[in-house]
Amino acid sequence: MKIKAKMKKDMAVVKVLAKHPMETGLRKDKKTDKVIPAKFIKELVCTHGDKVVFHADFGRAVSKNPYVSFSFAGAQKGDTIAMTWTDNTNETLTVEAPVK
Amino acid sequence: MKGLTCLSATLLGSLLVSAPGYADPQSDQDEIRTFFQKRFPKVELAGFADGAYAINENARSQWLEIEEFPPYEDAVDEGQEYFETPFANGKSYADCFPNGGIGIKQDYPKFDTDSGEVITIEYAINQCRTSNGEEALPYGQGELAYVSAYMASTSRDNIINVIIPDDERALAAYDAGKRMFYERKGQLNMACATCHISIAGSQLRAEITSPALGHTTHFPAFRFAWDDIGTLQKRYAGCNTQVRAKPFALQSEQYRNLEYFHTYMANGLPLNGPGSRK
Repeated sequence: MKIKAKMKKDMAVVKVLAKHPMETGLRKDKKTDKVIPAKFIKELVCTHGDKVVFHADFGRAVSKNPYVSFSFAGAQKGDTIAMTWTDNTNETLTVEAPVK
Repeated sequence: MKGLTCLSATLLGSLLVSAPGYADPQSDQDEIRTFFQKRFPKVELAGFADGAYAINENARSQWLEIEEFPPYEDAVDEGQEYFETPFANGKSYADCFPNGGIGIKQDYPKFDTDSGEVITIEYAINQCRTSNGEEALPYGQGELAYVSAYMASTSRDNIINVIIPDDERALAAYDAGKRMFYERKGQLNMACATCHISIAGSQLRAEITSPALGHTTHFPAFRFAWDDIGTLQKRYAGCNTQVRAKPFALQSEQYRNLEYFHTYMANGLPLNGPGSRK
């Protein structure tokens, strides 16, 4: 996950690129004719301290390497935010980033 | 619509018969600039390097968001590794190119007066390999495209400067490229000029057709359609297929001549490769 978080006046503007195959589970491998198993992010959450400042429910319709941009109030330069995704196979990843 | 068709037919006609014998590259370049600056008066000359993103606000804002995390970044790093790894004989790409291969892509394609052919950067990359005992890489994508992407990244912001030497063969190559650009082909009977000059800026299904001026500056490009970096000529093959014409081989004489003409049209614009495109 690549994260950029920057203060713009009193809002923190966050841009995230989640590297994930977002495999729908509806495609077939052309060589083996077997279905490629589904693997897609179901939930993307951003926390600032103990507060959830962003929550998205994704599904198989979201494309590979989803890009998300959002802003939230209540942060200041030097704070840390944490982005977490959880996918349909229950794999999860958390990455922290500083607010610049 | 009818007015546009008449205007474009006249313009295409005048462009084809503009000079006796071979084309006059400088006046071709002047004409193409005049044409596009008239059609898109809000775009500065250098801005045409952004292609369709110079002429459509919505597409441009999405592209700028994508560029926050450029999809070609990893490929450029990988290309740099390939570029800096020596061949088995101890030499490397730096030995084949002027200035060690750094900041030179804006000068390509070049016309080689010894061999009498157009040399694109990808062609030169493979020439470097084979002359140093390495196997040639497949054109269009993969390792070779990554090396080209790295070389483009070191040449960013340099001004495109394709030279046509005072040599009949160079003018003939330019002319062959120009003809290919303007000739209709394929089952759909369309020319490059049909989409990229006549109706440039219009919607073609879900796409905005990009102006031919500045087309080449951002290649090789990461196209989401390819989910990878690909070269300009890979796109030539794709476009030819899309009008249901049989594509030429990548780095064939035909495509190299086309690239020569095509890039010459972008002279004076900044190189901004590698780019990202949908």
